[in-house]
Amino acid sequence: MTEASAPPAATATATETVTALRPGVLGTNAARPDGVPKVQGRFAFANDLWAENMLWGATLRSPHPYARIRSVDVTGAWKIAGVEAIVTAEDVPGQPTYGLIRQDQHVFASGYVRFRGEPVAAVAADHPETCRRALEAIVVDYEVLTPLTDPEEAIAGTREPIHPDGNLIRHQRILCGDPEATGPIVVEGTYEMGMQDQAFLGPEAALAVPDDDGAGLELYIATQWLHEDRKQVAACLGLPEERVRLVLGGVGGAFGAREDISLQVHCSLLALRTGRPIKMQYGREESFYGHVHRHPAKIWMRHSASAAGEIIKIEARMVFDGGAYASTSPAVLINGVTHAQGPYRCANAIVDGYATRTNNPPCGAMRGFGVVQACFAHEGQMDKLAAAAGLTPVEVRLRNAMRTGDPLITGQPVDSVAPVERCIRETDALPMPPDLASDADVLSLPGGTGRTADRGHVVRGVGYGVAIKNLMYSEAFDDYSTARCQLNDGVVTLKFATAEVGQGFLMLAQQIARTILGVDDVMLDTIDTQIGSSGSTSASRQTWMSGGAVDAACRKVRELLFEAVADRYGLPALQLAIEGTDVVDTIGTLRVPVGEASMGLRLDETVEYRHRPTEDLDENGQGNCHVAFAFVAHRAVVDVDPELGLVKVVQIATAQDVGRALNPLSVAGQIEGGIAQGLGLAVMEEIVVTDGMVRNASFTDYLLPTTLDAPTVVFSLIEEPDPQAPLGAKGVGEPPCISVTPAIAAAIRDATGRDIRRVPVRPQDICLA
Amino acid sequence: MSVLTPSTIDEVLAHLAERPEALLLSGGTDVMVEINMAHRKAPAEVVALRRVEQLRLWRHNPSSEGTGGTVTIGSGLPYAEMEHGPLAELFPALAEAARTVGSPQIRAAGTLGGNLGTCSPAGDGLPVLFALDAIVHLRSIGGQRDVPVADFMVGVKQNVLEPGELVTGVTMPIRHGWQGYSKVGVRNAMVIATASACLAMDRDRGAVTLALGAVGTTIIRCRDAEGWLAGELDLSAEPLDISDAVAQEFGRRAAADARPIDDHRSTAAYRGHAVGVLSSRLLRRAAA
Amino acid sequence: MTQEPIGSPEIYRLQVNGESHDVQDAWLGESLLYVLRERLGLPGSKGACEQGECGSCTVLLDGAAVCACLVMAASATDADIVTVEGLAPDAALTDVQAAFLDEGAVQCGFCTPGLIVAVHHLLEHNPEPSTLETREALSGNICRCTGYGRIFAAVDAVVASRADQAAR
Ligand SMILES: Cc1cc2nc3c(=O)[nH]c(=O)nc-3n(C[C@H](O)[C@H](O)[C@H](O)COP(=O)(O)OP(=O)(O)OC[C@H]3O[C@@H](n4cnc5c(N)ncnc54)[C@H](O)[C@@H]3O)c2cc1C
Ligand code: FES
Ligand code: FES
Repeated sequence: MTEASAPPAATATATETVTALRPGVLGTNAARPDGVPKVQGRFAFANDLWAENMLWGATLRSPHPYARIRSVDVTGAWKIAGVEAIVTAEDVPGQPTYGLIRQDQHVFASGYVRFRGEPVAAVAADHPETCRRALEAIVVDYEVLTPLTDPEEAIAGTREPIHPDGNLIRHQRILCGDPEATGPIVVEGTYEMGMQDQAFLGPEAALAVPDDDGAGLELYIATQWLHEDRKQVAACLGLPEERVRLVLGGVGGAFGAREDISLQVHCSLLALRTGRPIKMQYGREESFYGHVHRHPAKIWMRHSASAAGEIIKIEARMVFDGGAYASTSPAVLINGVTHAQGPYRCANAIVDGYATRTNNPPCGAMRGFGVVQACFAHEGQMDKLAAAAGLTPVEVRLRNAMRTGDPLITGQPVDSVAPVERCIRETDALPMPPDLASDADVLSLPGGTGRTADRGHVVRGVGYGVAIKNLMYSEAFDDYSTARCQLNDGVVTLKFATAEVGQGFLMLAQQIARTILGVDDVMLDTIDTQIGSSGSTSASRQTWMSGGAVDAACRKVRELLFEAVADRYGLPALQLAIEGTDVVDTIGTLRVPVGEASMGLRLDETVEYRHRPTEDLDENGQGNCHVAFAFVAHRAVVDVDPELGLVKVVQIATAQDVGRALNPLSVAGQIEGGIAQGLGLAVMEEIVVTDGMVRNASFTDYLLPTTLDAPTVVFSLIEEPDPQAPLGAKGVGEPPCISVTPAIAAAIRDATGRDIRRVPVRPQDICLA
Repeated sequence: MSVLTPSTIDEVLAHLAERPEALLLSGGTDVMVEINMAHRKAPAEVVALRRVEQLRLWRHNPSSEGTGGTVTIGSGLPYAEMEHGPLAELFPALAEAARTVGSPQIRAAGTLGGNLGTCSPAGDGLPVLFALDAIVHLRSIGGQRDVPVADFMVGVKQNVLEPGELVTGVTMPIRHGWQGYSKVGVRNAMVIATASACLAMDRDRGAVTLALGAVGTTIIRCRDAEGWLAGELDLSAEPLDISDAVAQEFGRRAAADARPIDDHRSTAAYRGHAVGVLSSRLLRRAAA
Repeated sequence: MTQEPIGSPEIYRLQVNGESHDVQDAWLGESLLYVLRERLGLPGSKGACEQGECGSCTVLLDGAAVCACLVMAASATDADIVTVEGLAPDAALTDVQAAFLDEGAVQCGFCTPGLIVAVHHLLEHNPEPSTLETREALSGNICRCTGYGRIFAAVDAVVASRADQAAR
């Protein structure tokens, strides 16, 4: 086996170019400031926090997907020694509901429970085991109702509303060009995607410490967006925002699942109630109930094309099941419908999208939201189109590839750099893996350690996927990020509220400051709400947004520094520049180390960075609703055991439009990590829900890719700096996980000839279809 | 609650005699999951076996009749020690099954005693014990009983273990002939079986045994397929020649014996299909 | 309702990273993971599942790499326990830890301590593992962030540098 032995091509070249740069600046593989504590086990994740006199909190959850609460009796729980507080809906002092876009979920279920796992009460006690016993002793009298679980019923409106806001969260239509347009080739298909979980490794956790006066608190929390959490927590607690201070607790991964409120309000409320610090952490099972998931979707698409395989029109009907509460469903839906065409030119379109409300688990943000679903469908269609037009999968994609400036079906021009053709060509040019050896170790075959296959049972297939992904927030959202830069005596201190969830923003912020200000020592202040919002660590936005804010703050400080130096030496400030770690006169001979130049200075600037405004869509889905786009292509090589329906993904090749690789090693990590998640969605990851009940809320049955499932990854970075982007860099977090899933599905189709319409592909879909 | 850590079998039995309802703790890979997940009420008494060296041993019992004799494996031997080395050479099927249990961490702790104690139809050790006609040794303060594994497991997570009884080990005959284990799961490692099979040749007796896991309330011995094959071919012949048609029919008969169900892990149809495929493939491997 | 009190009057002793620790007032159903983290001030071992499926809690128990979440702490009184905190003296990094940093194998870092212990264990028993051996040996350690590529690179780097040193 030569698997994974070759280092990715792009990293090798990146390392060569970085040697010329000063260590730690942009473009180098700068070290993570949180790296050493993380490898030593000394990094404090939110669930590692501890306070003197602390109590534990725990949540009682609904066992039913839909029921009316007749009564909640907590008297039994109060009898248990060690129980210090019990709270239910009646105890919420402020606004009873929360939600990211619409405040449609109760802090504790009130009147009705609408999904299995909805919080009903919370307790605080001296030991987690006491909490467990207390929860068991709370008696809730439910009138069990028939759950609404079929999204089509929600759309049809045939069922009584399960929520005052109705059973449809949002509908959006896109009409573009000539609805009657058609062509000699027409291909259609229905595509389905199961419910994926973000499955970050560090479960939800928080520590709430009440203020001495009982009228405020500090909440240490693993989240993606401190300020949004604060807004919702303060509202529910009925406190002014300034009395609620949030501090980022160490975050063990996020992937979208920490964008919504989970235990924030519960934990804070218990702290205020008891006047003691409360630690709350979910176990894995509770984590499955405690956060939103990726929307399962059903998408019908029809493509009309010319005989040469050029797309003339797309038609689509897209149904995203949002589950019981809205979360980010409205935005997910918009991403879905506006990405229905994929990275391909298309002049005519009729797209209808629905986000439904059901008694299934609530769904919201997960890496690539909305676009992952759309991409699986449009890429399935592209392969059908290729077959109908007598083209290869690569040819049909090249023929239709979007270029910079092309309009989307929303009428918005793609004015981001759009190297779609390059993505496809460079992916295709990456080396193929060696053929499966005749004496291949059984562990490397489909089935792995189960030793199910012999070499002769295995067939290989190849498939492609290409994606377009919007970056940042859309639809007129006022999206901004705040950063503060201070330069004192040659040391830079940065402050921002950007959630570091593992992606490496801390390292990037230091790289920016080193580059702009020519200093090597960059201190990072606590990440908390003592500064303006940085927005969410999601939507591939922090490199652009918070990177942009740090960059702008550093530039402002640099101006101040130049003015001070100019003053001191009687030079025009405009003539000054930073070279390495010196301030230099670009015309004369002055050269002062920044350390010296900044001695005795207290330079301090805070900047709010905004991307350009976006618009809402009109009723025909027209409008410049997105900010920018990134592109990516994937090629999957899979080995399949068709008789048993088992799959081993051998290699993924990918070329990604990154604008500029600010830290090549970190980009590699995002690419490989995203691919593993896309692979999971393709062949194993699904929250199985029947009758509104989750059947596999554990890592025993919700399967994540292991080391023996991970493919070799070869990649190429396409660096065409985006002029709109403050650092030239596009977000790299989401694209890796988007088109890899359809590429794997296509490779399985190629290997087996089966019509794979659904992911994750289950063994029986291959061998018993 | 109390946790006892005896270091001999006799001490264990004495504790059990005093507290017949005490929970035995071997590798803990099933017990602790249940305690952590609160699926099992915290037991009042725990008797931990990790210090009992005697349970972690295995020994070869030579035979007087010139056959390979038998091997007795202590109930506390971790899977990791079955994967490689002399025991693996004696029982390749056990080694293959052991190597597919959970992850290296699970195999460093988990034991056959625990697999038998839990008696999940998806337990990977059990089909091997069934295919090799293992005898399970049970001891209590009152004495010892030896129970064929097929009589030991009586249902999903049900066995004939009485309060106060300890599984000390299992004894299996050393057979001449190929043996192997296969299990289907959706992931390439660390996965619970959705279907599994163990096949063992017994060239001296001209017989084959086949046991299926995760397709019934207990492990299923495929007597029909075994008997049919022995009638069809001379299983003591060297080399063994298995045609496609024979392998297929063997698999078909095996699948017919399966009683699979639908659940969140898989469907009955797939499980039935898969054990058939595994059985014919194992037979082909036996002849290769 | 009469409930059994949670804490036990019994005191038991654990040997962790060469030091002896008394555990008292504990509920005896507690896992070693819980005791390490919540009672002994050793939060380096992480818990992502508490059912043996993620490997974040990997520790060495008498030299074997096991999941601390599946060890009943009160039954491990005779065992020599090593956690991530015990691999290197304060502030120092082992070669494995350094390689994880150099090769970009750390993102959120939640899986990292368990992986570091597992990699140390692997290389101690198999100093030059094949690609497949590495994959099999680490198959019980889930990482959700990295896709494992950088982790394999870190293992390879340690193998190479140890071989280099041995050759000198
Ligand atoms: C992550 C993970 C993955 C797993 N994967 C697999 C897998 O792939 N295949 C598989 O088969 N299993 C798997 N298991 C289950 C488990 O590892 C096995 O069943 C194992 O054999 C249990 O052994 P143990 O020593 O850990 O048992 P324990 O947990 O100690 O005990 C299990 C039961 O057996 C009883 N018991 C233990 N020893 C004795 C004895 N000597 N006499 C009488 N009763 C006894 C106990 O009281 C208890 O009821 C997995 C478990 C985990 C956590
Ligand atoms: S917490 Fe122990 S294996 Fe996951
Ligand atoms: S780095 Fe986040 S789980 Fe591995």
